[in-house]
Amino acid sequence: MRRTDLVIIGGGPAGMAAALSAREQGIEDILILERDSSLGGILQQCIHNGFGLHTFGEELTGPEYAWRYEKEVIDKKIPVLLNTMVLSVDENKVITASNTEDGIFQIEAKAIILAMGCRERPRGALNIAGTRPSGIYSAGMAQKLVNMKGYMPGREVVILGSGDIGLIMARRMTFEGARVHAVCELMPYSGGLARNIEQCLNDFDIPLKLSHTVVEIHGKERLEGVTIAKVDENRRPIPETREYIPCDTLLLSVGLIPENELTAGAGISLSSITNGATVDENRQTEIDGIFACGNVLHVHDLVDFVSSEAEIAGRGAAAYIKGEAEKSDRVINISTDGRVRYTVPQRIVGCGDVDIYFRVADVYRDATIKVSDGEHVILQKKKLKLAPGEMECVKLPADKLCGVEDLRFSIEF
Amino acid sequence: MEKNKKRELTCIICPRGCQLTVDIGEEIEVTGNICPRGKTYAINECTDPQRTVTSTVRTSDGGVVAVKTDRTVPKGKMMECMEIINLAVAELPVRVGDVIIEDVFGAKVVATQNKG
Amino acid sequence: MKHFDVAVIGAGVVGGLIARELSRYNLNICILEAQNDVAMGATRANSGIVHAGFDAEVGSLKARFNVEGSKMMKRVTDELGVKYKNNGSLVVGFSDADRKHIEKLVARGIENGVEGVRLIEADELRAIEPNISDSAICALYAPTGAIVCPYELCIASIGNAMDNGATLKCAFKVEKIEKSDEKYIIYSENESVSADFVVNAAGIYADEIAKMVGDESFTVGARKGDYILLDRECGTMANCTIFRCPNEMGKGILVSPTVDGNLLLGPTSVNIDDKGDKSTYADGLSKIMATASENLRVRLPFGKSITSFCGLRAYGNTGDFIIRPACERFINVAGIESPGLSSAPAIAIYVAELLEAEGLRLEKKEDFNPIREPKHAFREGSIEEKNEYIRRDASYGRIICRCESISEGEILDAIRSNPPARDLDGVKRRCRAGMGRCQGGFCAPYVMELIARENGVDFASVTKCGGESAIVFSKTKGAQV
Repeated sequence: MRRTDLVIIGGGPAGMAAALSAREQGIEDILILERDSSLGGILQQCIHNGFGLHTFGEELTGPEYAWRYEKEVIDKKIPVLLNTMVLSVDENKVITASNTEDGIFQIEAKAIILAMGCRERPRGALNIAGTRPSGIYSAGMAQKLVNMKGYMPGREVVILGSGDIGLIMARRMTFEGARVHAVCELMPYSGGLARNIEQCLNDFDIPLKLSHTVVEIHGKERLEGVTIAKVDENRRPIPETREYIPCDTLLLSVGLIPENELTAGAGISLSSITNGATVDENRQTEIDGIFACGNVLHVHDLVDFVSSEAEIAGRGAAAYIKGEAEKSDRVINISTDGRVRYTVPQRIVGCGDVDIYFRVADVYRDATIKVSDGEHVILQKKKLKLAPGEMECVKLPADKLCGVEDLRFSIEF
Repeated sequence: MEKNKKRELTCIICPRGCQLTVDIGEEIEVTGNICPRGKTYAINECTDPQRTVTSTVRTSDGGVVAVKTDRTVPKGKMMECMEIINLAVAELPVRVGDVIIEDVFGAKVVATQNKG
Repeated sequence: MKHFDVAVIGAGVVGGLIARELSRYNLNICILEAQNDVAMGATRANSGIVHAGFDAEVGSLKARFNVEGSKMMKRVTDELGVKYKNNGSLVVGFSDADRKHIEKLVARGIENGVEGVRLIEADELRAIEPNISDSAICALYAPTGAIVCPYELCIASIGNAMDNGATLKCAFKVEKIEKSDEKYIIYSENESVSADFVVNAAGIYADEIAKMVGDESFTVGARKGDYILLDRECGTMANCTIFRCPNEMGKGILVSPTVDGNLLLGPTSVNIDDKGDKSTYADGLSKIMATASENLRVRLPFGKSITSFCGLRAYGNTGDFIIRPACERFINVAGIESPGLSSAPAIAIYVAELLEAEGLRLEKKEDFNPIREPKHAFREGSIEEKNEYIRRDASYGRIICRCESISEGEILDAIRSNPPARDLDGVKRRCRAGMGRCQGGFCAPYVMELIARENGVDFASVTKCGGESAIVFSKTKGAQV
């Protein structure tokens, strides 16, 4: 069986950044396994701009952001196997993969970084009543058809869900001559970034209908229309508000789910909130030597944060391979109050400063983020606005973690 | 630009999306911005709104490749910009940064993707 | 105009197994299907249960063919390489009234000849089905109950019939049938075929086909059933097919694993007027969620639902299967509602006998091959077996569908082998590409490319399921295709 120090599963932004950071730490024997025919992952179809402000201090498109990393991967001669699908990973860090040249083969790794990204939630997860015609796509599939294949999935469009891909596709379809009638969002707030509502909807007078959903789908072979309705505070449709919109295309942008089949297959349990593994501050999962970063760990809104998280995982994996992983004799577990939905990492095992990323469950204004150890508040931070769509971060300095056993993150007013 | 008017804007410069309030009097006053770029954006948005256009152009093999305007163009000209972009055909191979169209409302259209 | 010895109208599981049965003989057979693919009616969307046979009235055709068909199913599915799982069926009782009803069902099952059917008490029930609801007190247990994938069985039987010489014409919607002394001429909008003998297995439209030759002796209605399919990680929540004991609230919702390891919930039951109406109802879906949960002690994770769909079952006005000649050399096979799937193999033999009685010569074909290579052999093979495939054909090494790990080789096989998949749904039903959690969101454009390439057509002409169900309209940039 082939043996490799570090195998990275996924050659998107997370995988590439993790590989580069591990190489910087002196790991020579690295292999990136990528299922697509090129590196870059989903960035290749995200042709809009807005990437890289944090990382490069300039605004890049998705493919440009990917190219910056790809160039470095090429320069550093990091081996990549393209068109290679990983079928399974086991707890002994044996990877089984498949491609046309090698067939199905196995690699034993000293460390693995899981960087498979995420996928879109399909319609089935929603169980919308009505027919099953063609013309209903996830926003990402429409994005692939338009931006990669050069085909229009439709002309008269309704978008369900105000996730960023849906907003971006509203503008993109408009640019290509389609008419976007409305973006319906079940929640009373948008799941997308404020700037995308501004420049993808408002710029084109596309209505954002908050607290609205699609209740019925019409059309036998191709979609002919949808019925939308306002929902009450329990998210139940209000019958009197039903409204029929003729359209040939319904795009779903109803959330992203980390792609964790391999993770679960390795026996790593998944958080029911993030749908990803739980990790320590080095992004190491429950299994020593298996790390996770990027959207496979939790869904990010900015690729810049994916890259910086991947660098952490790359360093963590390098230290693990070199036998230099720093470990204190205690584990600090982090719990949340529900207003804070989750944190990443979920536990702290080392002794340094730690950045904790987290998301909130609802929109909160004039709120205070509190971090306590059960008895004392060890850190608090006031925020004008917190929203589920935007990831927050607090830095916990090492000195505040001395003697701490457990941490709790909460939002108070 | 109308004077003595208040406008609420969402800053689109970075993903933070600051909620800006613009007071247009003799001078333009901006509040709500966290960084100076927000103020510049708000003033521009009220005087001469600009956008970067990202799209695709056809390639000589019948496919498409991703492009963008290398600087912003007037917001009101975006659809006209698309009409020009739609007519272009890029000869393969294309490399990131290759100029596909020399001048669209003062901007160059450049490839953002490698192809061929 | 092409002439055939026998034309079978309707490429569902009933028509398919009839065609396959007839392909054993020296006959020139064609199968006429209105839709773009086979298995598009009730066969596409039903529970996939091979019923043991305790439900049907004693002495009915339903009882006879159900018990016979269910006994044949293992062999038929083995020959056709179709997955079959003998998981057993339970009818669960929650009250004394339920117990009385279950006792009656057991007695009826014994009279119908169902092997091993018996009443079991709570302890045994829990041993068989650990997740059963705490309030269940007893159950009918039918160890011969089984599950199959109904459209896989249909595709395989038509594929096997075609491999043995039968012709399939899809998108052939029968508009008119002309009858003369020696033959029938069957017209669609733009084509016609002639045949000496006709089998009408047109599902919910069987009454309309019968009318075309002057038989108005029965009607067929459409009964709509909504289903919810849960992710494969839920497939182990139930071992058996679990029916709730029928009560004044109706037959209730069944919970069953599928042969592919998903968990299936449904169906609702609503009689409808529009036979083209395949929409699911919001109240139907919520009813499934509410009542399916009553059977189990564990919470059903509806968040793990990967799709919901609706099937139309054909029910005749006689209460029993309608299998009889409409006129000479023309056999109706109508009103094949539940337990139609279970009965289909036995019905096929019976229809061959009826045709023979009408004068069809049944002469065994010497080179008839009853075997169809299992299409899931690659998927379920060991690494060594899979590598053997990849050595012969490298496309088996390229995974196209991530969720179900389906290779390009399997997709090409679905497009190339009998009956060929002509659209995205056809590929999905044959090899599961696009059937998984993301429901084709990632792989559909790749599958479209393969369909376009194999058929020598443009990407934009690939459909979801034929007709007007195009996936894309035109190229971007305002350009026409």
